[in-house]
Amino acid sequence: MDIQMLADEVPVEGEHSLEGVDFITSGEQYLTFLLSDEQYAVDILCVEEIRSWENPTRIPNSPSYIKGVINMRGIIVPIVDLRMKFNIGEAIYCDTTVVIVLTVETEEKTRTIGFVVDAVSDVLNVEENEIKPAPVFGGCVPQAYLDGLVNVGEKVVTILNVKTLQAVEKHQIN
Amino acid sequence: MSVDLSQFIPSFLEESFEGLELMESSLLDLEQGDDETINSIFRAAHSIKGGAGTFGFNSVTEFTHLVETLLDEMRDGRRKIAQDDVELLLDSVDCMRLLIESIRDEIECDTSKIIETSALLEKTLAADGVEVSEAITINSSDTVESKTDDTSTWQISFIPEHHLVQTGNDPLLLFNALADLGEVTLVACAKKLPALNELDAEEIHLSWNITLQSSANEDEIKEVFEWVEDECELIITKEALSNGDLSIAELLTEPPSLEESDPILSTATSKIDNPAKPTEKSTEKSSSKAKNDLGSIRVGVDKVDSLINLVGELVITQSMLSELGNDFDLSKVERLNSGLEQLLQNTKELQESVMRIRMLPISFAFNRFPRLVHDLSKKTGKDIELILKGEQTELDKTVMEQIGDPLVHLVRNAVDHGIESAEVRLANGKPKKGTIMLDAYHQGGSIIIEIKDDGGGIDREAVFNKALEKGLVDENTVLTDAQTFDLLFEPGFSTAKEVSDISGRGVGMDVVKKNIQSLGGRIQVISEPGKGSTFRVNLPLTLAILDGQLVQVGTETYIIPLITIVESLQPQKELINRVSGDMVLYRLREDNVPVIPIYQLFNIPSEFDNIEKSLLVVVEADGQKIGLMVDDLLAQQQVVIKSLNDNYQQVDGISGATILGDGSVAMILDVPGIITMALAQAQLNQKNRSTIKPKITQSISEGVNS
Repeated sequence: MDIQMLADEVPVEGEHSLEGVDFITSGEQYLTFLLSDEQYAVDILCVEEIRSWENPTRIPNSPSYIKGVINMRGIIVPIVDLRMKFNIGEAIYCDTTVVIVLTVETEEKTRTIGFVVDAVSDVLNVEENEIKPAPVFGGCVPQAYLDGLVNVGEKVVTILNVKTLQAVEKHQIN
Repeated sequence: MSVDLSQFIPSFLEESFEGLELMESSLLDLEQGDDETINSIFRAAHSIKGGAGTFGFNSVTEFTHLVETLLDEMRDGRRKIAQDDVELLLDSVDCMRLLIESIRDEIECDTSKIIETSALLEKTLAADGVEVSEAITINSSDTVESKTDDTSTWQISFIPEHHLVQTGNDPLLLFNALADLGEVTLVACAKKLPALNELDAEEIHLSWNITLQSSANEDEIKEVFEWVEDECELIITKEALSNGDLSIAELLTEPPSLEESDPILSTATSKIDNPAKPTEKSTEKSSSKAKNDLGSIRVGVDKVDSLINLVGELVITQSMLSELGNDFDLSKVERLNSGLEQLLQNTKELQESVMRIRMLPISFAFNRFPRLVHDLSKKTGKDIELILKGEQTELDKTVMEQIGDPLVHLVRNAVDHGIESAEVRLANGKPKKGTIMLDAYHQGGSIIIEIKDDGGGIDREAVFNKALEKGLVDENTVLTDAQTFDLLFEPGFSTAKEVSDISGRGVGMDVVKKNIQSLGGRIQVISEPGKGSTFRVNLPLTLAILDGQLVQVGTETYIIPLITIVESLQPQKELINRVSGDMVLYRLREDNVPVIPIYQLFNIPSEFDNIEKSLLVVVEADGQKIGLMVDDLLAQQQVVIKSLNDNYQQVDGISGATILGDGSVAMILDVPGIITMALAQAQLNQKNRSTIKPKITQSISEGVNS
């Protein structure tokens, strides 16, 4: 690659900028995050915002993984601890603990729910054919929540299905 | 030089509708009758007529004139207030409303009813009115008569009071109206005009002498000035009259003098006109009533005041912050933080106040029912009393607008199908007078509106047979009461034996249900044969605000709706009783109130698990009193109910959540729900205890508890 070719690639002012060109690629984009030391990802279009952890208000008689509700600019948003829901790692709350708020539209309604994760790591571009079905063996995360696996370098990222994540199962009084 | 009147039409319309509502409700009260009421009716009619005249809505003016004449006779005591007349007046109010609505919607209205009613009015006036009836018959035909009259010359002296324009009147319009009657020669008298530096541009200091060449009679001329007659000195004389009369008139009115000239007139009036434009008539009457379909709402002064206070605080905070920013250094971070906190607080409160403005008492929707029931009871020949309860319950404006029609439907049904005829009632040993009750109250996160009648109830058989006929059920279907009554809401379903013009066509109930469902509510029917039926409409209040008592349990703050609280007290040891196993009762005077510890119900750690150390909040729902055990009572405040359902799901014992002043979320307790929960838990406990016992005992205990 000689210098002229490189120069050709630099956009002239006024022409379209290549800034952010990384993002204008084919395929879907996913936000990856950490639960303990495992990598997970969700569809980035569903991400409303990423918040730092704050103590929510408890909902009486709710399952332990539902930490409570918070006030997000006037909207009451329930907070689900994914680590507890999937039984991965230890549910500790420290400075890097974050809440990913997802908004998902389904046929019936739009739901906004926050999910507690250990850390947010990266944005991932994935072509559809790169997603491989998750193996059906064991694991803590029920099959319904999985959309598939993606290989990223040496690691494997699990793509979660936002629709099933959003469906809050009816809980009973214990 | 003309004022664009059309800009005032909306306020005229709004005012007129208010006037009509006032007339209507006063007319209904009039049945007991007193002078003040009839005066207020008259005033309302008069205002409408005057306003309509100003805008040239002749149909309204003419019709209202008839109404006013009749009212005038009643007011003067020349006519006894007869029931028929009141009915006629009520009909007239409808006609006026029709006319004014047609102006609002800019459509032609159906004139047949108006012609009919005005004929009736004229007939009534002619039949037993004394002198006035004569005047009015002339009046109604004078357009024909006057044309045959010879043109005569009228001298009119018009000396308005200074504040005339401030009441929204414009002399120019009067003159224009006069010009419609004939040829007008105007001479203005500027004698009383003060020096320029003392001149208040909003006052009239001019007077006029008008010479009118017209075939109109005196009444017609007077009518032009009718709207201002209380605010001016007006002398109308016919040229042909004797000189003596004229000279007196001239003495009184200070006839035109030489120093006046036209330029003064035009400049003076222009001065008067311009400030007159923004003056609108104040609408102080019937302040509690407003028409809500005109896109404007009437808001209590207290709500506006609180808004203004909040804005004031916001401005203070803002100036504090901007001053802080002028020369900022790190030592002021503390102050910046507190300032920002304050700003946050202000903004939040402001937001809540604005939302509160949307809340209106349900009386806006209830207001129309006295008239409706009155009319319907006339029509059906049933004697019915309407009782309104809970009119102050606040409801979101949009919900209110949409719930009106379904309610009308339900009330119509109650009158037509619910209440039996007087004979049947007497035969069944009920009072002759039927009762319909409209009740509204908050329950949990919903508003409940009940339409209750003490009529015959719903005939289950008839409903079932009808459903069979319609093929909605088959013969072997066994339906519960609730399922049966649900059939009423099927399209085209009516059990009325004959179709009346009130109801019975079978359109409606399905629409009622659809409307209520579209608001996210539900409707429930409770009926007892021979005793009456209740339609209970349950509407969610996503925007509703309730008065709440903040309580503390452990580290959590909960809100108990103030309306459910009977009293709060510090339990005394000797009044605590343990009965039947582990149930704790607290003796509250005569009652034994079951104590429910919230911490136990919600499985949260509490500071005090001993009833003697905690506080007891006695609440009541569905006629059942319970004592909620809490750690501490905090502030009382109005809270905006937010649904948990939107992003989560319904939680037992919780009717919703709210955001407190500090931005944190607090749960609102659903008292009826808590009672149900406590009952369920009690049953569970009993079951657990009886598991060792034979099965048969268990089913008995179930039966007892269910």
